[in-house]
Amino acid sequence: MIEVSGLTKYYGDICAVSDLTFSIERGQIAGFLGLNGAGKSTALKVLAGFLLPTSGSVMIDGVDVIAQPELVRKRIGFLPEEPPLYKEMTVSGFLTYLGKLRGMTSTQVQDRLPDVLGRTGLSDYSTRVIDTLSLGYRKRVGIAQAIIHDPTLVILDEPVSGLDPLQRVEMRKLVRGLGGDHTVLISSHNLLEVEETCDLLLMLGEGELVAQGTEQEIHDRIGTGGRIEFDVRGEAESAAGIVSMLAGVKSADVTGEVGEITTITVVLLGQDRPAETESVVGALVQAGFPVSRVAQASNELEGLFLKLAGNREGAA
Amino acid sequence: MRAIWLIVGRELGAYFKGWTGWVIAAGILMLQGVLFNVFALGDSEKLSSKVLQDFFYFSMGMTLVASVLLSMRLIAEERHDGTMVLLLTSPASDWQIAVGKWMSAWVFVLLILAASLYMPLMVAVNGSVHPGHVFSGYLGLALIGAATTALGTFTSSLSSSQVVSVVLGGILASLTCVMWLFSKVASPPLDELLAYMDFYYRHFQDFREGTIHTRSIVFYSSVTFFFLLLTQKVLGARRWR
Repeated sequence: MIEVSGLTKYYGDICAVSDLTFSIERGQIAGFLGLNGAGKSTALKVLAGFLLPTSGSVMIDGVDVIAQPELVRKRIGFLPEEPPLYKEMTVSGFLTYLGKLRGMTSTQVQDRLPDVLGRTGLSDYSTRVIDTLSLGYRKRVGIAQAIIHDPTLVILDEPVSGLDPLQRVEMRKLVRGLGGDHTVLISSHNLLEVEETCDLLLMLGEGELVAQGTEQEIHDRIGTGGRIEFDVRGEAESAAGIVSMLAGVKSADVTGEVGEITTITVVLLGQDRPAETESVVGALVQAGFPVSRVAQASNELEGLFLKLAGNREGAA
Repeated sequence: MRAIWLIVGRELGAYFKGWTGWVIAAGILMLQGVLFNVFALGDSEKLSSKVLQDFFYFSMGMTLVASVLLSMRLIAEERHDGTMVLLLTSPASDWQIAVGKWMSAWVFVLLILAASLYMPLMVAVNGSVHPGHVFSGYLGLALIGAATTALGTFTSSLSSSQVVSVVLGGILASLTCVMWLFSKVASPPLDELLAYMDFYYRHFQDFREGTIHTRSIVFYSSVTFFFLLLTQKVLGARRWR
């Protein structure tokens, strides 16, 4: 159980993180979501014990990060955005060193190593010198070092950044697999990334927690429901008009046109997104507008943030 | 204590696996050999004890240089490569990190010193050398190496640039050997303080001549402890930045 209360971090006069309060249940995968400069990395560094907060408290399984930092650090595994690696070492040598440094005996490390190498897909690379590995495999070594000592909390800062599409899919699967055994906290500026991986979303904006909960809870709270794009063939305005009349649809606008194909962006109320999406497709097809593509609207994160920022300004 | 040994083991591995350690060791030993041959042995006949005194005199300079060069990478390189996070998020305390880093460089300095033992042995074979004199000189070199690597560890913690670290370390190490000059122009009681702080004149002279004074052991140990404490504070301060 991770409990964060009133966490604030200043760099000189600049407030990087302000008054964060949230909790994460054991075994959950939580995602810090925010645009660049939102304070995600700073928050993660404080949780990892790398930085100390200006004020506030962080408790991990009831142990205070500030009062007992060395005890807490045994229970945390941290992977920064750039994997920190001693590149002259072999994969197994590196993991053995860090396991021991984090309090494991040689026997414990040797018992745990095959499992960690297997989970991270590094079994065939254990004797390779890290410097000879690709970025994707270096990220895997980064995750392996974060879990070698079987920590309670695994913190991963932008784990998929810089990876190619195939590596992203594999990395998501790997992170997903960490849940249950470990409490996992990842950061990303990619909504899709967090949606596909996390049970809990923590949305940060300018250092403050602007929303938290499951994706559905956040949509429900701010009333966006989700934005879906539909590519249709035919008279665009009529199609948009039909869709906007449907139950479960908040608005429908024509947002693009390439040749005969028109893109209609639909904002759903989000009470039952799959059903609402199906009803839109059904209505369009029935009205004689063939649908060639249905996709989550791009820039949804920005849309959510704009919405949240608007709500905050309104509240102020 | 376990964390310290683990850090020492990894750092020593890095010295041996990379080229830095080998190049520094080879360069220092080569220079030491040349200086031994040209100045300590020389062309004229000398007493063995005088040869040893000369050997320890320039060995002190070589030890200072080796210590500064070996310690420049200790923390600066980790900060530059972003690997410091591995240590700072581990259960190792800032003190253990500072001591582990320092000790690795010091052990490497001791290995270089051990590799230079053939020179006093050559004097012993061809002359008359008291083992106590050799022990005293090497003890002095080991202590001065400890103090200078601690100083270098501290300067390495101040920047992510090894160049800045080595320049700063070189300046500070040089100052420690010319304090006696400043003491000559300073007024009491500052003159006595400056003279006491000199690495060579007040403290190493005795070791060089075969005499071991507790006050000098205490001095070098205190300097070592002082710079390790500063390093610990710098590491701690980075968490608050």
